Amino acid sequence: MLNPELNLNLDFFSSPVKKSLRDGFGEGLVLAGEINKNVVALCTDVTDSLRMHLFKNRFPERFIELGIAEQNMIGVASGLASTGKIPVVGAYAVFSPGRNWEQIRTTICYNKQKIIIVGSHSGLNVGPDGASHQALEDIALTRVLPNLAVISPADALEAKKSILKAIDYPTSVYIRLPREPSIILTTEDTPFEIGKSQVFWLPSNKEQFIGVTIFANGLLVVEALRAAQELEIEGIGIAVINNSAIKPLDENLVLEWAKKSKAIITLEEHQVAGGMGSAISEFLSAKYPIKIYFMGVNDTFGESGTAKELIEKYHLDSESIKKKVKEIIRNN
Amino acid sequence: MARKKKSSFKNNKIKKLEELSVIIREEIIKMLLEAGSGHCAGPLGAVEQYIALYFGNILKYDPRNPDWPERDRVVVSNGHYAPLLYTVLSYAGYFNKEELKTLRKLGSRLQGHPSRLSLPGIETSSGPVGEGLSQAVGMAIGLKLSGIKSQVYCLMGDGEQDCGNTWEAAMLASKYQLDNLTILIDRNNIQIDGFTEKVMPLEPLKEKYEAFGFKVLEVDGHNIEEIINALNKAKSIFSKPVVIICHTIPGKGINFMEWEYKWHGKVPNSREAEEALRQLRNLKGKIQSELD
Repeated sequence: MLNPELNLNLDFFSSPVKKSLRDGFGEGLVLAGEINKNVVALCTDVTDSLRMHLFKNRFPERFIELGIAEQNMIGVASGLASTGKIPVVGAYAVFSPGRNWEQIRTTICYNKQKIIIVGSHSGLNVGPDGASHQALEDIALTRVLPNLAVISPADALEAKKSILKAIDYPTSVYIRLPREPSIILTTEDTPFEIGKSQVFWLPSNKEQFIGVTIFANGLLVVEALRAAQELEIEGIGIAVINNSAIKPLDENLVLEWAKKSKAIITLEEHQVAGGMGSAISEFLSAKYPIKIYFMGVNDTFGESGTAKELIEKYHLDSESIKKKVKEIIRNN
Repeated sequence: MARKKKSSFKNNKIKKLEELSVIIREEIIKMLLEAGSGHCAGPLGAVEQYIALYFGNILKYDPRNPDWPERDRVVVSNGHYAPLLYTVLSYAGYFNKEELKTLRKLGSRLQGHPSRLSLPGIETSSGPVGEGLSQAVGMAIGLKLSGIKSQVYCLMGDGEQDCGNTWEAAMLASKYQLDNLTILIDRNNIQIDGFTEKVMPLEPLKEKYEAFGFKVLEVDGHNIEEIINALNKAKSIFSKPVVIICHTIPGKGINFMEWEYKWHGKVPNSREAEEALRQLRNLKGKIQSELD
């Protein structure tokens, strides 16, 4: 069942409403600009796509269009931060933090200037544009950098909360956004903190819990919840965590659920190497070794197709998750 | 004789700065000998630019209040000039000169390349070249947005003109008509692999920057007075960013280092350092620009 303590959107199975996370981010950015006059926004020729036009229209003097120059964007943001501004930089994740990784490392993280990096179009859900535009490496690239937090919101409301929380967070933050709209899982009243993850699905009764916990992020949280609901009908109880906090990891929560579980599944639209699953595995192998099944992209690039087709082809959809859970039950 | 006569007309101030340029070169040699690694040729060639900025009544700065919001910003894009930057900062009063000999040592505030949080007076952590101009542009925009009338100086090498990031930043500086931004390019014609024009031809550099919307001034980079005049002129140019191309000799002042690109990333051994210091002592107060 959906965790009753989180004020989740209880209707999302029966009457799903879809909204793009980029819309949530764009609205949140305007709010952030209203709350804090030091917020400035920078974009690299994808302003409408990232919904940054909302901020641009509201605060034209605080919006900087850089053209297709992601490396420059980071350096400029670093300079702006040094004068007391809070820059929010937007681009597709393939290019930021892809193309400009060294600039992020040196001028932001080592230089300790606080900015917010928003990488959109992450994951296979980018769809028809194909492998060149599907960022599957951005978590690996960002979570190795000191002074940088990494979060992956699961719906438009979380995306909105992400940017608002990131403004006040003490370090720079990378916010990972998908392209495809997502079903709204949460409500305005659902809590959201950087560094905190949440149990979205609990077994309805303890006896049904077969000891499998799924840690998912982004659009795949919906897939995991769908799998959990369908498995429950079959009498199989699992837990699903919306692991939005990739760095810092919500260590207490991860440890708590590892201890309650026999096995863990990590689920992400990212390379298995270096992703959220790696972060969880690094932590648990030292604190509480437990069997982990990594569901992600295994050392290949994506390709063109619809988001749905790709999620299925790469075995990240609810059917594949159910299959994996049953396989774990068989093998234990 | 003619040389001497001309010098006597120079005001005392410039003469003192010329003397300082030799002292700073001596400090750089001593530091690098002590450190055992680092960069020689570039820092030795760029001394006059730093002296003009910090001691030529150009910069607004206060070593007792390094975070003063109204200060002018100095962005050192070529972080391997750290020995020069550190020496000048210590002579400007940011920290004790004694600390210079800790360069590159474990626990030192004088990291191999500048680290902003370690030392006062450093605006950006740098080392990887080609990204300082972006940061300087960001500062110049930020200062304008905040209504602070401070100048941003970006000190660059010529090798980093190879980097695409540099030109991305140049385009933005021009788009925003950043007249509070002045770039000094140390045009010493060398980089790690050899002479710039062989590694990656940069010329016509002046025309390149002009095409990017800059006002370009060219100076003899060893003539302090000329650099000061150019920096003052740059302050009076409105609606355009300015580039001052400083033509310099790498390793300036030490005959076996001058024009030798091998000295880019090399330090002298004790025999070479001794000879370098001897040559500098003989030059005391007499470092001359080519035009003198």
